[in-house]
Amino acid sequence: MEHDFIDRYSRIDSFMSRLDPRVKIVGLAALMVCIVSTAPAALPAFAVYGAIILVLTRLSGIPAAVILKRMLVAAPFILMIVLFIPFFRGETVVLSRTFGSVTFSVTREGLILFWGVCVKAFLSLLSVILLTATTDFPTLLKAIEKLGCPKVLVMVLSFMYRYIFVIQDEFMMMRQAKDARSVGGSRLFHWRALAGMVGVLFVRSYERAEAVYLAMCSRGFDGNVRTFHPFRVTVADAAFFLTLAVSLSCVKVLGALYG
Amino acid sequence: MAEKVVEIKKLYYAYPDGTKALSGLDLDVFRGETLGIIGANGAGKSTLLLHLNGILRNGASDAVKVLGRDMTDKNIPFIRSRVGLVFQDPENQLFMPTVFDDVAFGPINMGMKEGDVRRAVEEALKEVDLPGFAGRSPHHLSVGEKKRAAIATVLSMKPDILVLDEPSSNLDPKHRRGLIDLLRRLPLTMIIATHDLPLLAETCSRICVMEEGRVEADGKTADILQNYPLLEDYDTGALLHISRRSTT
Repeated sequence: MEHDFIDRYSRIDSFMSRLDPRVKIVGLAALMVCIVSTAPAALPAFAVYGAIILVLTRLSGIPAAVILKRMLVAAPFILMIVLFIPFFRGETVVLSRTFGSVTFSVTREGLILFWGVCVKAFLSLLSVILLTATTDFPTLLKAIEKLGCPKVLVMVLSFMYRYIFVIQDEFMMMRQAKDARSVGGSRLFHWRALAGMVGVLFVRSYERAEAVYLAMCSRGFDGNVRTFHPFRVTVADAAFFLTLAVSLSCVKVLGALYG
Repeated sequence: MAEKVVEIKKLYYAYPDGTKALSGLDLDVFRGETLGIIGANGAGKSTLLLHLNGILRNGASDAVKVLGRDMTDKNIPFIRSRVGLVFQDPENQLFMPTVFDDVAFGPINMGMKEGDVRRAVEEALKEVDLPGFAGRSPHHLSVGEKKRAAIATVLSMKPDILVLDEPSSNLDPKHRRGLIDLLRRLPLTMIIATHDLPLLAETCSRICVMEEGRVEADGKTADILQNYPLLEDYDTGALLHISRRSTT
């Protein structure tokens, strides 16, 4: 079976996908830091961030629909957090409703905070999607390793990326084998069978891990996974980084002067 | 007489649960030959293969000698760089996120320089007919491609001896044909454990029949594959039927 959703768009050849991933990570991280450190009331600043992201999206060649779809995946989590913010205690009550003995009041401070969290989460999410959609996962891993992420963590992520689909296929095949013999039976019985499958999957993954380790030892593994980092900073990378840095500094300076 | 590259004397091995896998096995492999190993499931084929690069070791370090060296801690890095072991399931053999990283894994561990590693990877991928696959993820390959990529991961180490466990399992006829052609053109000493007798008939110069952890019979391919009483003993009539067809 083919699983392609992680890297589907990272093979589009565009300005963004050609950038050195380290420059991309540092640049977009800087953008996110600026976004989250801006006061909710600074509307022009958010407009500039939005414009930057829009331009980068155009440069990435990724269809807007794809980005929106990926946003939807994260949306419920953000919603869960922001839902109660308008009801925070504050000075000025904008709206108040009483249901029996419980009174809900929306405050002005709560609303401003609500807007701030929403717009920051939305823009940060867009930046992350832009990074992950234009960089394939193995390259991303090499870049974070090069930027100082602990090797063990990179190794774990790398094995996860390699084997999550293998395990998914195994589970799918087990489920098909179960369904092929499932004629009737109570719901409880099916849940029990499913629990058993999870157990089997764990044991199988454990055994596979041992087999993989043996295969690694056969090829001289000594506790360190070494790979090459074929990254080179080019003129395009420098231009991208400088433009981003100058725009963000301008926003920050102007914000400090007139904010 | 050609040089002995593998020398096994009275090799015993029992798994931790007590199952006896090898009981006094003797075997010599000579440079340049292709040796087939057949035997029923549980005869000890895979266990034997795991001894060839020291993944499994019994107490006596001189029971297995590779290229004249005993299987000691000091020699194991050298032996592992000379013996390329390809496991049956390519999912286990291909553990890195990209084909390039996987094929480069062995050479980098051997301490080769970056330029040499890149050249070795390129040559190995070309050898197995997968040029241009370097940037791909293993989970995007077909079964046949995975099998060949798995072979490339050890070819890049430029081994003297290539050891393959069930190389043709799960392959469709077309990919199996491609694999046989590949094995025939590799100029290495090879040890192939398989149930695929026609594959052995086409690739091997010599065949060993294993039973209960010992070598029961050892001889030229044609002699073994035409020894019907022996094969009947070793396995079912179906295999015999295939071997008859392929040797005539």
